[in-house]
Amino acid sequence: MSGAASPASALVTVEGIHTYYGKSHILHGVSLEVGPGEVVGLLGRNGVGKSTTLKTVMGLVRPSQGEIRYEGRAITGLAPHRLARLGIGYVPEDRRIFRLLTVMENLRTGLDRAGLDEARKQALLEKVYQYFPVLADRRDQAGGTLSGGEQQMLAIARAMMLEPKIILLDEPTEGLMPRMVSQIRQIIDALHQEGVAILLVEQNVPLTLEACQRIYLMEKGAVRHQAPAAELRADSAVIHQYMGI
Amino acid sequence: MPILLDQILIQTINGIVTGMILALVASGLTLIFGIMDVVNFAHGELFMLGAYVGVTTVVATGSFWLALLVATVVIALLGAVIQITTLRPLLGRDPLTTILATFGLSLVLQNYALWQFGPVARKIPEPISGHFPLFYLDYPWYRLVIAGLSAAIIGALWLFLKYGTYGIWIRATTQDRVMASAMGIPVPWVHTAVFAIGAGMAAASGVLFGPLVGVNHAMGLDWVLKAFIVVVVGGMGNLGGSIAAAIFVSLLEAYASLWVSPAQAVIVSFVVLILTLLFRPTGLFVPTPK
Amino acid sequence: MTSPADAPTMSRQSPVAFWAGFGIVLALLIVAPLVLPEFWRRFVTEILIWGLLAMSSDLLIGYTGMVSFGHSAFFGLGMYGAAAALLSVRPPSLWLALAYGLVAAAVVAVFVAYFSTRLRDIYFSITTLIFSQIFYVIIFTSTEVTGGENGLSFRRPALAVPGLFSIPFDSNTLHWFVLLVVTVSYLVLRRITQSPFGMVLQSIRENEPRTRAVGYAVERYKIVAVMLSGLFAGLAGVLYALQNRFAAPDYVFFVVSGEVVIFNVMGGIGTLVGPIVGAAFFLLLREGFSRFFTEFYLIPVGLIFTAMVIFMPQGLLGFLRRRLNA
Repeated sequence: MSGAASPASALVTVEGIHTYYGKSHILHGVSLEVGPGEVVGLLGRNGVGKSTTLKTVMGLVRPSQGEIRYEGRAITGLAPHRLARLGIGYVPEDRRIFRLLTVMENLRTGLDRAGLDEARKQALLEKVYQYFPVLADRRDQAGGTLSGGEQQMLAIARAMMLEPKIILLDEPTEGLMPRMVSQIRQIIDALHQEGVAILLVEQNVPLTLEACQRIYLMEKGAVRHQAPAAELRADSAVIHQYMGI
Repeated sequence: MPILLDQILIQTINGIVTGMILALVASGLTLIFGIMDVVNFAHGELFMLGAYVGVTTVVATGSFWLALLVATVVIALLGAVIQITTLRPLLGRDPLTTILATFGLSLVLQNYALWQFGPVARKIPEPISGHFPLFYLDYPWYRLVIAGLSAAIIGALWLFLKYGTYGIWIRATTQDRVMASAMGIPVPWVHTAVFAIGAGMAAASGVLFGPLVGVNHAMGLDWVLKAFIVVVVGGMGNLGGSIAAAIFVSLLEAYASLWVSPAQAVIVSFVVLILTLLFRPTGLFVPTPK
Repeated sequence: MTSPADAPTMSRQSPVAFWAGFGIVLALLIVAPLVLPEFWRRFVTEILIWGLLAMSSDLLIGYTGMVSFGHSAFFGLGMYGAAAALLSVRPPSLWLALAYGLVAAAVVAVFVAYFSTRLRDIYFSITTLIFSQIFYVIIFTSTEVTGGENGLSFRRPALAVPGLFSIPFDSNTLHWFVLLVVTVSYLVLRRITQSPFGMVLQSIRENEPRTRAVGYAVERYKIVAVMLSGLFAGLAGVLYALQNRFAAPDYVFFVVSGEVVIFNVMGGIGTLVGPIVGAAFFLLLREGFSRFFTEFYLIPVGLIFTAMVIFMPQGLLGFLRRRLNA
């Protein structure tokens, strides 16, 4: 089940992953790929294993079988903090910003890395504040006091602090108002313009169809189908079948 | 009754002095618990060993302040070693195992001290001698110095946590260890560092407390119990709460010892703990979550 | 290290094997005082007594999932209760000593039982620890009543059934008496843990919220468990008083509670016999190491214990857990 991006140049390759939570067999041999700068979608019903796939890539869950490669080298089983430093950003499903830290401090958790001088740090911060002006306004406020949409932005901005080559985005539009949803859409586009790859897990089908270049469809813990987004836009019957809508 | 008032005031000062040292010990303990859910039973022994390292350094160099520094650093390193060898393998297991493992370690450390230093208590000489008249007593300056120093160390810790780079790492890891890791923070090392800091603080307390009482291998036992009480009463993981609780409990005990013997005064802290657990289990100084 | 718990229950592991093993061990213990030198005779008796204490604690730790660091309180009060009976009533009566000791332990157990229903996990454990310290301080400082630091000494009563016979205890008969009490206690505890009541306790250990949701009055079960545990621990205290003829506050100190937990962990929790084996193991290690390390035996023993917590958390008999509970 290899993707359209040729294996040699894929940024992230997931191959035959089996993951368990205790005794539950959640992922039954998931395989997918994300090329450099590609925006790839992962669609499927609730509980099918999409979030678990992202968590496995991020090293938050250890697969019992299978391999994950990043820029050609095997990263299966590496600790999340190593992966973050290698350039994988993670924006989890419930945002999980540090509620008791200020916005600024949230951003700083990703900013204080080796090899970054003050000038670059400032530049990164400025860039992120341009993307998300509301965060600039609230920079000294505790993360827990932000609204849902603002927290989502903070979660994305925080991941951007790592200057990642790929961001794993888990249901960023869940529970957000339409205005915010389109803002997220714009951010995904902007990141794509910058050359950041994105693996997007979503329930929002129209957004996914618009924002992504390729889409994988999951069912019962495995990837069952994949196609270019254009194809699926033209004929969405396949999607309806996997999403059950 | 002027004499009683004098006594109460003196005990207030005594209570604050003891409270500040207890706060220093308890801060390390609550920091460790807050960040990695470890109940460090060996904390009292780190306090005790710090005092002994202090004694040895004073004997060798004659300088109290050097002793304070050396003890803090040496025991911090010991703490790091303990965390890496004994606690890391237990990550993710039942919290009971860390209590047991650290209990086992406390037995080892205590008896090691007994073996190395013998049963006779040692003394650390006061670095600052001199008294000032306080009512009918000559109150030693040194006691005020310890209280001040403890407060300073705790203050420095607070500043570090709030504004230091690694302070943010520690706070983030305490709140959400998984996301901290996903942000590139090397969580296992943060844990080691925090344990080391806690150990160092315990050691500093030991040296500071040394001149007040004799240094002996059993001094850790009392302190570990008191420190636990303080940590629970203050709200586990809550730094400000532990400090408030430390002073609160010490004051109560100081007042109680006006009427009962010091050995019995400790019951006060026990009672406070039990009442807290029954009525405000998240901590006396923590707003009850709804 | 897959636990036997993963295997599907093979019903009724051969009871013959169990009872055969039981019989052999029992026979050995009966014969022991006749063949062993005096020192080792007392040693085996002590193992049995500490083993009983550890076993009582296993009811809470291994079966109900409540870790008590306060068993020294039950033990100590059993000891002092017996002392009170033997010192205040003439002639000293064995049965009165038992009664006083058990009642004293029961009183403490009531308190601990109350806390057990209000507190979970770590908070329960720390509270039990503090509790045993409270009793330690009270006993230590009430010098007129309890002898304070020096404790109380008294004479051993006779093994007497009023009206039938009365023989003074000697080292052998005391050993057999202790063996009888411990064996009966084991059988009773075993019966309890295998009964429906015991099953509910284990279900509480596995998943308390679910047990409650299913409809069990978890609090009541916990209270009974604590009372039972406290009574058997107090019984151990009485036996200790009989064996050694003194009661001292040292035995109420929380470190003793810690050692009890060590016996449990070393031997294997949830097995009832495991803790007895754990006590034997610890005491043997102590004996062995004292030869080389004199009073610093706790350094190597503590290291061994810590290593066991890390590498062998199921304890020496943990692998037999399924079999012993069949």
